[in-house]
Amino acid sequence: MNPPHSPPTTVLLPETRANWSRRDFIKGVIASGATVSGLSYFGAGCAQSLPAQAGGVERLLSLTVNGQTRRVDVLPNETLATTLRYKLGLTGTKLGCDRAECGACTVLIDDVTHYACSTLTHRVRDREITTVEGVAAADGTLHPVQQAFIDELAPQCGFCTPGQVMSAVALLRANPSPTREEARQALAGNLCRCGAYDHYLNGVMRAARGA
Amino acid sequence: MLKDAMTGFELYRPTDLDTAIDILTRHRGNAWVLAGGYDSLDWFKERVRTPGVVVDLEGIEELRGIREIDGGGLEIGATTTLTDLERHPQVRGRFGLLADAARRVASPQIRNAGTLGGNVCQDTRCWYYRYGVSCYRAGGNTCYAAAPEAMNREHAIYGASRCVAVSPSDTAPALVALDAEMVVRSARGERVIEAGDFFMEPSVDIRRMTVLEPGDVLVSIRLPGRWAGADFRFEKVADRATWDFALVSVASAFRMDGATIADARIVCGAVQCVPRRLRSVERRVAGQTRTEEVALAAGALAVADAEPLAFNGYKVPLVQNLVKRAVLGA
Ligand SMILES: Cc1cc2nc3c(=O)[nH]c(=O)nc-3n(C[C@H](O)[C@H](O)[C@H](O)COP(=O)(O)OP(=O)(O)OC[C@H]3O[C@@H](n4cnc5c(N)ncnc54)[C@H](O)[C@@H]3O)c2cc1C
Ligand code: FES
Ligand code: FES
Repeated sequence: MNPPHSPPTTVLLPETRANWSRRDFIKGVIASGATVSGLSYFGAGCAQSLPAQAGGVERLLSLTVNGQTRRVDVLPNETLATTLRYKLGLTGTKLGCDRAECGACTVLIDDVTHYACSTLTHRVRDREITTVEGVAAADGTLHPVQQAFIDELAPQCGFCTPGQVMSAVALLRANPSPTREEARQALAGNLCRCGAYDHYLNGVMRAARGA
Repeated sequence: MLKDAMTGFELYRPTDLDTAIDILTRHRGNAWVLAGGYDSLDWFKERVRTPGVVVDLEGIEELRGIREIDGGGLEIGATTTLTDLERHPQVRGRFGLLADAARRVASPQIRNAGTLGGNVCQDTRCWYYRYGVSCYRAGGNTCYAAAPEAMNREHAIYGASRCVAVSPSDTAPALVALDAEMVVRSARGERVIEAGDFFMEPSVDIRRMTVLEPGDVLVSIRLPGRWAGADFRFEKVADRATWDFALVSVASAFRMDGATIADARIVCGAVQCVPRRLRSVERRVAGQTRTEEVALAAGALAVADAEPLAFNGYKVPLVQNLVKRAVLGA
């Protein structure tokens, strides 16, 4: 599970920080690595995708993520999962399949669950995005869903967990006391290769009882 | 690890339909309509489709929402999401067939963004074709899925014409059963097409799944009041309850006159390149009661002209039994 505090708002590059924690270092490597590999990947795309006439999207945009507004340069063909993970350092959102078939990338857009791997970032410029980094309280207290997942030993490998948390949080915001069947439906778009489905459902029901 | 490196495109997010049509017309042949993106992004990520211009319809208010129309019907904007559709009280109350079909699409997250328009306009899921091989549908001169060694468990059992791909949409059979009308606009103006004529037979044009041409936008889908509140049933058989496309689906509507079937619509999905309306079965059951005997006859008639491939023979008894159940209403 990720630490509950918000990560830095800017991409970390070596010269911007003197004291490196291990986690900062990893994020820095991810961010700068993405810059380099992103450029080589998108090479032709970058030049071609600048809007040629009025109506095309502006590349520089403000995103509201976990209550913070963050300026970021986004390609027209960039997905929200890419922006979150490789430009904003929010690596709690996982990429499993990148094809809308697993749910590891589930985030909330205006409180509704979406697959970040299949959402163009430009679509969410005026929306409230919530990732797993943004569900705990400001003082670090875990969200009831996160605490209940720990209490019920829900995660096994943990890879699907951020997505499961987001689907459960969205469900409880819309329906604070769901039936087990409603919870099953709400989490149906989140695959768990470890097969811990019943444990996650136990967690959702425990969080609902506590809420 | 940037797997989703789609090739570059210009992205337009117009806020009115005229502007969208104008951009699509100007870039005809190189432009792509984007709604929820759940079919489109797959194509882009695989780099099988690489349009230079993408026109996102999401910001166009007039394409979204559900409203009443004369005669007790509903008009559904093309970019209405499947979630909004399945939850809408009037859709559930009067056209439950469509709500039930929408609820069976993909997964909750996909329904939260996926649109009704995108669902009926989506391309086929034949995996040879999706992989980008040069089959008939892609402009080549063979069908890989009908070859002797081919894996064709998901493919057509009816009406194949060179291509054996199937219509993947769950909402399409429901819309055909409800006698829906598709409202389409282009630079040339507006036209209204019956759902039964909207889907393209490969014998007519093997390169398209619908009658839409470049520059066309599906604006809305009208449900006439005629079938409101009828006796509906939607059944979808898939490998998993979530994510998977139908192996067979059956959408049916029955209007009863006492114990007698006054009128019926029975439409199958995922068995042919277009939603397959079982007209002979509809005629056979009209005027009958919903007995075991009538249902058995209906099921047998439904599959009388089935032509399964090497690995999809199981679809024949599936269709037969689902049609039987639809007629029995149990
Ligand atoms: C993992 C997965 C599972 C799926 N499972 C199912 C399933 O079980 N059942 C099912 O039916 N579908 C399924 N789908 C298919 C499909 O993605 C969804 O059904 C969705 O509804 C498509 O809508 P969209 O708005 O996201 O489409 P988009 O990708 O935005 O559009 C699809 C196509 O239609 C065109 N288009 C969209 N809107 C218009 C318009 N208004 N006018 C003209 N052209 C338009 C686009 O150009 C594109 O070619 C699945 C998809 C995925 C990725
Ligand atoms: S990574 Fe988005 S659904 Fe699998
Ligand atoms: S806990 Fe391992 S994938 Fe779900």
